[in-house]
Amino acid sequence: MKIMVAVKRVIDYAVKIRVKADKSGVETTNVKMAMNPFCEIALEEALRLREAGHAKEVVVVSMGGPQCAETLRTGLAMGADRAIHVSTTELLHPLTVAKLLRGLAESEKPNMLLLGKQAIDDDANQTGQMIAGLLHWPQGTFASKVAMEKGSDSVVVEREVDGGLESLKLQLPAVITADLRLNQPRYATLPNIMKAKKKPISQVTPEQLGVKISRDLEIVEVIEPPKRKAGVMVASVDELLDKLKNEARVI
Amino acid sequence: MHPARRAADGLVRARLLGRWSWPLSFDCSINRAAQRDALVSHRRLCTNRARCLNKEYASVNEGFFWTPEAEIGSLLKRHVKHQIRRFATSTKVNRNSRFDSLKTNDMEHFKSIVGAKGVIVDKDELVAANTDWMHKYQGHSQILLRPQTTQQVSEIITYCNSRNLAVVPQGGNTGLVGGSVPVFDEVIVNLGAMNKIIEFDEVSGILVCEAGCILENLDNFIGGKGFTMPLDLGAKGSCQIGGNVSTNAGGLRLLRYGSLHGNVLGLEVVLADGEVVNMLGTLVKDNTGYDMKQLFIGSEGTLGVVTKVSLLVPAKLGSVNTAFFACEDYTSCQNVLKEAKRQLGEILSAFEFIDRPALDMALTHLPGTRDPLPQSGKNFYLLIETTGSNETHDKEKLDAFLESTMEKGFVADGVVAQDSTQAASFWQIREGISEALGKAGAVYKYDFSLSPEHFYKIVEDLRDRLGSDAVVVGYGHLGDGNVHLNVSAREYKDELLEKVEPYVFEWVAKHKGSVSAEHGLGLMKPHALHYSKSAEAIALMERFKALLDPKGILNPYKVLPGTSKTVSTPASALNAESAVVV
Repeated sequence: MKIMVAVKRVIDYAVKIRVKADKSGVETTNVKMAMNPFCEIALEEALRLREAGHAKEVVVVSMGGPQCAETLRTGLAMGADRAIHVSTTELLHPLTVAKLLRGLAESEKPNMLLLGKQAIDDDANQTGQMIAGLLHWPQGTFASKVAMEKGSDSVVVEREVDGGLESLKLQLPAVITADLRLNQPRYATLPNIMKAKKKPISQVTPEQLGVKISRDLEIVEVIEPPKRKAGVMVASVDELLDKLKNEARVI
Repeated sequence: MHPARRAADGLVRARLLGRWSWPLSFDCSINRAAQRDALVSHRRLCTNRARCLNKEYASVNEGFFWTPEAEIGSLLKRHVKHQIRRFATSTKVNRNSRFDSLKTNDMEHFKSIVGAKGVIVDKDELVAANTDWMHKYQGHSQILLRPQTTQQVSEIITYCNSRNLAVVPQGGNTGLVGGSVPVFDEVIVNLGAMNKIIEFDEVSGILVCEAGCILENLDNFIGGKGFTMPLDLGAKGSCQIGGNVSTNAGGLRLLRYGSLHGNVLGLEVVLADGEVVNMLGTLVKDNTGYDMKQLFIGSEGTLGVVTKVSLLVPAKLGSVNTAFFACEDYTSCQNVLKEAKRQLGEILSAFEFIDRPALDMALTHLPGTRDPLPQSGKNFYLLIETTGSNETHDKEKLDAFLESTMEKGFVADGVVAQDSTQAASFWQIREGISEALGKAGAVYKYDFSLSPEHFYKIVEDLRDRLGSDAVVVGYGHLGDGNVHLNVSAREYKDELLEKVEPYVFEWVAKHKGSVSAEHGLGLMKPHALHYSKSAEAIALMERFKALLDPKGILNPYKVLPGTSKTVSTPASALNAESAVVV
């Protein structure tokens, strides 16, 4: 079985985000970038499935400018066999990404598509669901556990939903998106980092996949959330009641 | 009873050495003058830790090695002029009777200086201020003052000087040698309320702030403007910059940004007579006269109270890489250090060493830690960090370094952090070892500077010496040659301590190392100062102390061995004729 994992290059989780002065987006120059944490978890799950013998090959895919190569190297260093870089300098939104992935799925023919549930820069949480719809594949999103029987062609996915945990059995090929508690991603070890340098990254363009990139969303403005106002110390319970009644108007 | 002590009792009866009497039981009271003693109480080390902080040293230069097992006979053979140290089972420092005690009108006077809010007599707050971070030392001060301005500090100190009241300057109280808490009833002057940032020049990177600013807050403030503090230590959430400067704190980034002696551009200090000395320059180069501020950096509050600091801060660079290596043996670690300095060069920003017992300690006692190399099975680990301005350039250098260290076999296994969360998990281990040791039980903590070849030898030698009595753990700043040697046992025991000290001090002295690399001397190590500094150097220090603080009111009983004496001739500490044992 071949597993394809789609990963995204985002601003590192721990970096303090700053909004650009012209409100068109956030500062990304000279800011530390990394693989999206949920994508890391998805990749880790794919590697574990391969190690358990359920999969033969793990292919990691990313889309964007030349810096995506770094993220793909990270993926290869973690243990993926091959990487595919869809090179484009256009800004990509979830639907476009889903269409590109459909093109790749049609050429690569993976049996399972693993993605992070959402990216930490746009928090869209759409790509996995969209690609499942485009491919007409079953989907198990917000996965917190993925289990496969040896030799079977179905996968059991435990999902974290508002009401608790839901178990779904999906017929392969299927789309699974990873949630936080699925696993703890491995560190990239030195020998693997060295090996990753020799693993191939193939370049593909959107035209080769038959996708025309169109802007279906327009970012109007990006502003910082309003600053939290400082709390006020009250001197007595009467003053508190007065403020709750007259200022906050909650009683 | 320990053979040394038994023999000592015999000596008392024999009265062979008429000038002193040997300890009778737990009592080291040799000073015949009526002096008020107070036993320094230790919460965790109460039955063990100690020596009399007396003026008696064995001069290492004379080739004297005191071991606990030394026969009393051989002790007698020592030249009478050489002074001998003894062990009692409790630290005993006699309160210097020159210092007066707090009276009611003193309280009133302080209230008039700092206001009622600045005088704290609340029991719980006092206990916290009287106890050090390791819960090893507890003083009995009745009053905590929190001045808000330098003028108030000056008035407080002037008053205390005139009234012969001893003073302990206090910052974040995170020191590890008992230097920040009172020994007896000294007045605690806590600078935490003086936490204003006065100015910050974003072009030159020069920060001017008050001494009570917390290090992490300063780091966050200048971080927003693209700069970072030149020092980083585990205590950053609590320690204050005034205390950092007064103790010449080192930390994890000294390798890259140098020590505070280089980064501090100016200070404002209050001397023991209350005089405010403004040396708050903001110039990187200023060769006008003697650089007096250097005296106060590292003097642990015994020469003056730091009230304002002017600091040169480096730019915060965006490309940070962190790697965790496993090495076969200690020689490989040294080789990795050489390679790192050559190949990583200017981007190297931290080089930390952790041995297997230290790693196990951290993984066992700290929740949420993860072994970065679970399959390695090696005994030596390195945490290396690079910081640079260009990610591509740094990655290339790092890759070349990784390849060459792997090829040459210096590194057996390793991982590189792929994002800041992974990097933080590596640092969590290294920065948490101290806390983990505290949780594991009793710990004897040492902090030595040694040349790279001896850095780990002392750990191995002590391990052989102690055998199964305790777990000896070694970790530290290998890049600076600073090893943190810790002995972890289930409980504090006399016999164990006697096997450790003065063996480790003598070992360090023999190899020309420092008995306190970055922690300072505080209350814990004045008796060990002579292992690392010559008698003349110590005498010079005593002269400065007498010059700047003739009454000895600033942080008494600490740092210098001679400061708990009642005299004005500090050099007499080493003069056998006038030696007084306190």
